[in-house]
Amino acid sequence: MSSTLFDKVWDSHIVSKITNGPDVLFIDRHMIHEVTSPVAFLGLKNRGIKVLYPEKTFATADHNTPTINQHLPVQDELSANQLKVLEENSKEHGISYWGLGHEKNGIVHVVGPEYGITQPGATIVCGDSHTSTHGAFGAIAFGIGTSEVEMVLSTQCVIQPKPKKMRININGSLEKGVTPKDVALYIISKLSTAGATGYFVEYSGDVFSQMSMEGRMTVCNLSIEMGARGGMIAPDKKTFEYIKDKEFTPKAEKWDKAMRYWKTLKTDPNAFFDKEISFNSNDITPMITYGTNPGMGMGILNDIPKVENQNSASKSYLKSLNYMNYSEGESMLGKQIDFVFLGSCTNGRIEDFRDFAKIIKGRKKANNVTAWLVPGSHQVEKAIKEEGILDTLKESGFELREPGCSACLAMNDDKIPKGKYAVSTSNRNFEGRQGPGSRTILASPLVAAAAAVTGKITDPRTLF
Amino acid sequence: MAYDKFTTLKSTCIPLPIENVDTDQIIPARFLKATKRKGFGLNLFRDWRYNSDNSLKKDFVLNNPTFKGRILIGGKNFGSGSSREHAAWSIYDYGFRCVISSFFADIFSANCLNIGVLPVQVSENFLNTIFENIYDNPDIEILVDLPNQSVSIPELSLNESFIINEYKKNNMLNGYDDIDYLIGMKNSITDFASKTPL
Repeated sequence: MSSTLFDKVWDSHIVSKITNGPDVLFIDRHMIHEVTSPVAFLGLKNRGIKVLYPEKTFATADHNTPTINQHLPVQDELSANQLKVLEENSKEHGISYWGLGHEKNGIVHVVGPEYGITQPGATIVCGDSHTSTHGAFGAIAFGIGTSEVEMVLSTQCVIQPKPKKMRININGSLEKGVTPKDVALYIISKLSTAGATGYFVEYSGDVFSQMSMEGRMTVCNLSIEMGARGGMIAPDKKTFEYIKDKEFTPKAEKWDKAMRYWKTLKTDPNAFFDKEISFNSNDITPMITYGTNPGMGMGILNDIPKVENQNSASKSYLKSLNYMNYSEGESMLGKQIDFVFLGSCTNGRIEDFRDFAKIIKGRKKANNVTAWLVPGSHQVEKAIKEEGILDTLKESGFELREPGCSACLAMNDDKIPKGKYAVSTSNRNFEGRQGPGSRTILASPLVAAAAAVTGKITDPRTLF
Repeated sequence: MAYDKFTTLKSTCIPLPIENVDTDQIIPARFLKATKRKGFGLNLFRDWRYNSDNSLKKDFVLNNPTFKGRILIGGKNFGSGSSREHAAWSIYDYGFRCVISSFFADIFSANCLNIGVLPVQVSENFLNTIFENIYDNPDIEILVDLPNQSVSIPELSLNESFIINEYKKNNMLNGYDDIDYLIGMKNSITDFASKTPL
């Protein structure tokens, strides 16, 4: 029988099927961070049990960590405590712990792939919805709640109904200035934030096969923003080259054996999808969001849709525009902004910094803009320095911060003040996401760079 | 760890007719720093409920004494966004045992089921009927009947059925938890693990 990529990976991880119920799914790799794990460890303690397979769980600190002066003690008492608890729990249970100051520390979804923890055909979970990122390697990767973190720690399994399957096809090629972030924001704007709820998505077609691994990670990362539990892309030559010789990938004969399996990980012809959608690559332009969910996005040259032209209930739509202090029918071009944030598990990789540098090179940071440029990991930070990107940033009046989730979610010190506008390469523009009362405009690193040097919303294609 | 059993619940409701209520509204990230599952109800809908000086926002429904109850009625696509179980914890800790909406985000509804809050998905029409009747009469009660998988407004003889998978239903009815279930099948798990390549 013909199977999809998703079927092949899911079905090979079923430990048992519960009658009239979900599947018991075995988890190969479990990533944890300080926010969603402490109560799970407490649960183990209350049950008097230990972690079943500590070598399959990896801990990194990222959500609470400051992005300057990381060598100093963390000032916020609650954050410091949460970080300490992660360290203690990891030590007690024999789990690899990459805390603040560790050379491998960084955002969980950036470091996982960097060290080869992420592999094709694996099941990967983490108490974080952007775990979908790892699907870029042909893994089934999805976010889980803390009860499920406890399940994985105690039994290496989760209980999940098998999601429905959706395939999104985009053939052709992208125009200059159109990035993977734009592809994802475009899809979400068409499907809405609930359009893929209940589905696991496979991305297919030229646009995705031409993308770098970094780009594929950006696309898969944003799968959750259309409601999908996860998204995946079949592994290919680029995937294998990216993971070869990483610390946690198989070596020698084990690599050859793994490769034989990984090469089978693609959707068979005529395999069944519950839903199949195709888009035209030529319709995708640099994107920007104007509202308070990632589905409220549009091409940067378009006008904010009028209330009668969109499906969301008008009251919620207008509440959203009111929060942003924008009006229906107006253009976003030329609107003043206050902050630029380059970073996060969505766009905190080396390619994102290369894109940003391309635009700002030879220009100066606008005086009205505060820019936070935050690498996703120490490896990214190192590459920024080695490739001379740091020099370019400095010449243009920018500074580089230290790795972490930073201003993506207003949990650490990097918060956007009330009423201020931030062009952000992160993943969510929810009310107050970047700080109480903050206003987020989601965009690609190119659009963020154009805003950083002009102080307003600018089409980056005018700066090439 | 067993949680409260859920069979039937008859209660007045709190209406929140907003679409796409995301987990950052349910509980903002800055309140996720605890290491124990305690006190999250205090910050449920924090930025909709309180001004920045911590005074109450009078126009928010949780601050309106007209509406009370153990059932929260939300607009379409409730709970979108993050996987933080803290969102479900804060709803539970505030005192809700059931959330009714016409559509739920996946991870949020799974989290609710895992801690003993019942997410009930109804049709768009029935949701609107519920909202209208609560605004007409805030004392009207809704009956959620898990064994029969029905949600009704008994006073008006209106009802609709809802779907829940048998396994999760059984867990809710008996207060069972997934981890106990998994620990019970540990031998087949370790056997499976010994055959996996990773």
